[in-house]
Amino acid sequence: MEKFIRIIGVVAPLMRRNIDTDAIIPGKELIKVEKTGYGEGLFGQWRYSDGNRKENPDFILNRKPYRHATILLADENFGCGSSREAAVWALTDFGIKCVIAPSFASIFYNSSFKNGLLPVILKDNDVHAIAHQVEESDGKQMVTVDLERCHVISPEYQIYPFSVNDIYREMLLKDLDPIDATLRYEPQIAAFQDKDRISRPWVYHY
Amino acid sequence: MSKPATLVDKIWDSHIIADLGDNTYLLHIDRNFQHELAGSTALTGIDKAGRQIRNKELTFAVMDHVLNTHPGRSDETPVPGGINFIRELRQRTRAHGIRLFDIDDPLQGISHVIAPELGIALPGCTYVCGDSHTCTIGGIGVLAWGIGSTDVEHVFATQTLIQTKPKNMRVIFKGELRQEVFAKDMILYLISQVGAAGGIDHAVEFAGPAINNLHIDGRLTICNMAVEFSTRTGIIGPDETTIEYFRGRPFAPKGEIWDKAIEYWRTLQSDPEAQFDKEVVIDCADIKPQVTWGTSPEHSVAVDGCIPDPANAIDIHSRLTMERAISYIGLKPDTPLEDVKIDAVFIGSCTNARLSDLREAARILNGRKIAPGIRAVCSPGSYDTKRRAESEGIDKIFIEAGFEWRESGCSMCMSGGAGGEGFSPGQHVLSTTNRNFEDRQGRGVRSHLASPVTAAATAITGHITDPRKIGV
Repeated sequence: MEKFIRIIGVVAPLMRRNIDTDAIIPGKELIKVEKTGYGEGLFGQWRYSDGNRKENPDFILNRKPYRHATILLADENFGCGSSREAAVWALTDFGIKCVIAPSFASIFYNSSFKNGLLPVILKDNDVHAIAHQVEESDGKQMVTVDLERCHVISPEYQIYPFSVNDIYREMLLKDLDPIDATLRYEPQIAAFQDKDRISRPWVYHY
Repeated sequence: MSKPATLVDKIWDSHIIADLGDNTYLLHIDRNFQHELAGSTALTGIDKAGRQIRNKELTFAVMDHVLNTHPGRSDETPVPGGINFIRELRQRTRAHGIRLFDIDDPLQGISHVIAPELGIALPGCTYVCGDSHTCTIGGIGVLAWGIGSTDVEHVFATQTLIQTKPKNMRVIFKGELRQEVFAKDMILYLISQVGAAGGIDHAVEFAGPAINNLHIDGRLTICNMAVEFSTRTGIIGPDETTIEYFRGRPFAPKGEIWDKAIEYWRTLQSDPEAQFDKEVVIDCADIKPQVTWGTSPEHSVAVDGCIPDPANAIDIHSRLTMERAISYIGLKPDTPLEDVKIDAVFIGSCTNARLSDLREAARILNGRKIAPGIRAVCSPGSYDTKRRAESEGIDKIFIEAGFEWRESGCSMCMSGGAGGEGFSPGQHVLSTTNRNFEDRQGRGVRSHLASPVTAAATAITGHITDPRKIGV
């Protein structure tokens, strides 16, 4: 993974509500134990018109310049449904580095930060306004997402600040490994369990 | 005196190892239960990084997602590449000394079914699994939620998770359930009222007399679909019904430890003065048997109702969403749901494949046959559920009615992944599962979600059927 500080990129507006992880990466694409190589299956049922990977020309990621998008815009509750992390891996493998939406489902939201994908929450109207500006320019106008300053700059140079959890932000800015970070708490974890074994023995002995 | 707390607050607070700031905590995880999809990927990651499993005794694994549910099954599965997940999980759990409920283990079943059934999940615990329907376990008073496989690695290595604290939501079901209305109808009705994003950022507690009156199977069904309105998780406070449920379960505490445990479990209720950030009250008198018409669980209506007209949508975005769903489902607005012909019926999944579900369906199927040309499949939630059902003769009722009687697993809930079998494009399937998403049960398949009773009634007539009209 690389650090996420600031990106400027092509934006693909996919303004649907409740885009679920089955749509992002269909179940039939989940055939590898590895975390790589899922980009081809991204939005598989929408992107291809048949089982032979024949592109559906109407789908946004099959059109220029959107096929080079690094930012995705979507409507509320993006990433709902199945916990499959391959939904995140499919987006990043395709080249998406940031998804902007009014809200995200929590499992997807949490998994994104662990894979270098930034989920940005903006107000419903603001997401639609950016989508409108992008569509007006046929996708030629780019958008800036700045994690250091915590703002998005739209094609018409409006600045939309966003907030993001400090710890998750730090993880992306510095490309930290959460497991390594947590292992520094090993003495506290051990102390918790020592005490807990006495107060809740049924958790540890069965 | 301490501030009044919700049940979620109490369990959360008792698991904090460190306050990391910005509403974020390092939490202890009491139970880590993994399956062959997320589990094998996470164990591969752990091995690649050269890490160890911190607490094997708190870690469990099961084959449930991609395995074949046909009788006489082996490692072979209709899922392309599925055998790799099965063999990876088996090999890596063995190498790490993790308890695995393998394909032929008499305790095997869908993880969300067997964790309560075996007493592995216990009230007041924190519990995770690499599956979004982990919230099911909330039905027995466990703080349980689904996570991605990178977080699974985190739990393997540290027995903790870094989590932001969700807001508190409560849904009160008041009054009594009407005839042929079950837990599944309650939760579908709720989601139709609050929407598929109605619980986002919240942990939801289900409460009220109609919840208290539910048996544990029903409570698990309610919590199973908490994720379908995008809550972080769902939970129901443990009561005497819960305590009785655990008595004598294989992994439940015994003797003096049992006495100590139940004393603690009885404290696990929201304080009467506890504040919730959001509250919804549902009058059960308003709930009829439900069925979904569209492509989201929020598209649920009374079974005697009609496909809604997008022209009546509250705003342009809702209208577009509804139009898209109607176009996928291939039905016209204002069509009565009962006029919809069904090609197949599936009774199974972590939502509705427990013994009481099978008993209720059998009550309808008894002495009847499914409609000609219909395919009907039942996959009990676990081997134990299946054995108990068979000891009551339920298998014979299903088989004589024309159902396939399968082994347990996620089965036909999800095409491609679970079980690897789909239905055919354009088919309408009445399913007791939890997701009617586009292509969920096969490319172009139109899924209609309902209770096992509505599913059984529908299998008999061949069209979506109000179970109140079929009689026992």
